[in-house]
Amino acid sequence: MTNEIVLKAEALKKHYEVPRGMFQDAAMLKALDGASFTLARRQTLAVVGESGCGKSTLARLVTMIEPPTGGTLEIGGNQIVGADRTTLKRLRPKVQIVFQNPFGSLNPRQKIGAALEQPLAVNTTVPAAERRDRAMDMMRSVGLRPEHYERYPHMFSGGQRQRIAIARALMLDPDILVLDEPVSALDVSIQAQVLNLLADLQERHDLAYLFISHDLSVVKHIADEVMVMYLGKPVEQSSRDELFANPRHPYTQALLSATPVPEPGRKKQRTILSGELPSPIDPPPGCVFNPRCPIAFERCRGEVPELLEADRTQVACHAISQTAIAS
Amino acid sequence: MSEQTANTPELDTRPAGRIALLIEFWQYFRENRGAVGGLVFFVFICLVAIFADFIAPHGATTQYRDALLVPPVWQEGGDWRYLLGTDAVGRDMLSRLIYGSRFSLFIGCVVVSLSLFAGIMIGLVAGYAGGATDTIIMRLMDIILSFPSLLLALALVAILGPSLTNAMIAIAIVQQPHYVRLTRAAVMGEKSKDYVTAARVAGVGPVLLMFGTILPNCMAPLIVQAALSFSTAILDAAALGFLGMGAQPPTPEWGTMLAEAREFILRAWWVVTFPGLAILLTVLAINLMGDGLRDALDPKLKRS
Repeated sequence: MTNEIVLKAEALKKHYEVPRGMFQDAAMLKALDGASFTLARRQTLAVVGESGCGKSTLARLVTMIEPPTGGTLEIGGNQIVGADRTTLKRLRPKVQIVFQNPFGSLNPRQKIGAALEQPLAVNTTVPAAERRDRAMDMMRSVGLRPEHYERYPHMFSGGQRQRIAIARALMLDPDILVLDEPVSALDVSIQAQVLNLLADLQERHDLAYLFISHDLSVVKHIADEVMVMYLGKPVEQSSRDELFANPRHPYTQALLSATPVPEPGRKKQRTILSGELPSPIDPPPGCVFNPRCPIAFERCRGEVPELLEADRTQVACHAISQTAIAS
Repeated sequence: MSEQTANTPELDTRPAGRIALLIEFWQYFRENRGAVGGLVFFVFICLVAIFADFIAPHGATTQYRDALLVPPVWQEGGDWRYLLGTDAVGRDMLSRLIYGSRFSLFIGCVVVSLSLFAGIMIGLVAGYAGGATDTIIMRLMDIILSFPSLLLALALVAILGPSLTNAMIAIAIVQQPHYVRLTRAAVMGEKSKDYVTAARVAGVGPVLLMFGTILPNCMAPLIVQAALSFSTAILDAAALGFLGMGAQPPTPEWGTMLAEAREFILRAWWVVTFPGLAILLTVLAINLMGDGLRDALDPKLKRS
C-alpha cells in the first residue's frame, strides 16, 4: 500500500490569456508548459526553480484551485481534467495545501479551533463534539497546546502558525499535501522543527508530499525525487541523490552552485548565470534557457529540447542528449 | 515536537479573543480626546432620546396659547416654565428639541442599517464575482454618485411622496454606493489572500466563503464609514425636512423645526438657533467619534 501512486500528471499545462489592450490580440502566458510526474504515498517530490518558473501554478493545479488547460492529471486514479463538479467536490479533500506565508494563510477573525474544524464542518457530517475532539488531537500531534484552541492567529509566532496551517491541511485526512514553500518564511531554527514535523507526519499519515521550494538545502533534506523547473518547463527530473551528486542540466548546475554552504574557508566553483529570467509571455525560441546557458550552441536556439532519459535521470538539454547518443 | 507536548507546565492565560480586542481598541480610542468627547456627547443624546418622556417638561406638540414666542429664560421677558422659550404657536422649544433627538437618532440608525445592508450585499457580489457583474454594478453606482446627493434624494422623495419614511429610504439609496465601493475594494483585497484560498481548497462553498470568511475581515472600514455617514444621514434628513420633503409638521424633527421657524429669524432668534445648534452639536460629536473609531479600527488610515 505504501507505494500506491496517488497522483499522476502528464504533460500538465496551464496557459493564461493576458489581454494586451484593445488593438492587440491577447497574449498567451505559458505559466506551466508540460510537466509530467507521479507521486506515491510516503514519497516527497520537490519542485525547484526560481520565481516565475511555474512552481506555484503547479500547486494551484494540483489542489484543483484552477483547472489545467492541457495534459492530464489523475488523483487517486480519477481523472481531473474535464471532471464534473461532484467528482471534483469528492476529490477536493484528498489534496490539501500549506502556504508559504503563515501570516496570510490563517483567517485573522477565526479562532484556531474553528479554523481546524471548518474543513470537517463543510465536508463531513461529523457532530460538533467529535469535531472538537479531532481538532484537539490534531493540535496535539503538531505540537500545539489545548489552550490554543480558543486563540486567534495574531497571538502566534510564525512557526506556530505554520503548525496550525499544517494541522488544518491534515484535518480531512488527505492523501496528498502540497507544500508551497512551507518553511521559507520561517527562521532557520524554526525551519528544522517544521521540517521534522512534516517528516514525522508523512510517516504517520502515509502522505505524499509535493514540496515546492527554492531552497536547495531544504530540498536535500526532505525530498525523494526532485524536479527542476525553468520558465514553466521541467528541465531535469531525477532522484535526490542523483541530482545533488551529479547535476546534468546547466541550469541545475548553476542552481546547485548558488546554494551557500556553511563551511568556512571552502572555495566554491560558482556557475554564475548572466541575464534575467525571460518573460514567459514571449519566451526565447528553441530551448527557453538558451540566452543564459553557458554551453548553448546552434541547435539550442532553434529546437525545443525534449525531456529525455539520460542514465538514471531525465534531462531536457540538447548538449546532454547529443553526448548521450554519441557515447 | 513530541517533547514539546510532553512538558506543558504553565498555562498561558493572557486574555484572548474579543475582550483583548476590545481592550486594545479602547486604548487606541482613548488617545483621541475629541473622539472621547464626541462619544460622551453621543451617549448623552442617546440617553436624552431614551428618557425623553421623563426629561421633557412639556409635550412635544402641546400648545400654550398664552405664551407665543416667549424668549429663553435668561432674556428679558423669559419665563421659567419655558427654559429655551416657545415657538410661534406656543410649543416649548426644549421639549421639542428633546423629542427631536429621538427622530434624529432613529433616522441615523435606519438609514445606516439600510444602506449598510444593501451596500454590503451589492459590494460583496461585485467584488467576489468580478468581471462583467462587477463592471455593471460599479457603473451603476458611479451614476448614482454623480448626482448631487441632496438633489437625488429630493427627486426620490418627490417621486415617493414627502414623509419621514420616504426621506429615509431616499437617503439610504443615495448613501449606499459609498458602502458598495468600500466593500468591493476590501473584498477584492481579501479575496486573493491565502486564507481564502485555503478555505476554498478545504471545500468551503462560495456563499460561506463570502459571508463567513471574507466579510468579517472587511468590516473595519465599513464600521468607520457607518459611523461617519450616521451624521450625514441626520444632516440630509434635516435638509429634506427644511425643504418640506422630510418629516411633516408638527413632528418635532430638527430640520422641520428650522423650516417652520424660518420666518421668525429676525424677530425670535431662539426658534432657529436652538434646532440648528442641536443638529450642529450632534453631527460634530458623531464625526469626532467616527474619526476616533477610524484611527482605532483601521491602522492603515491611522494618523492621516
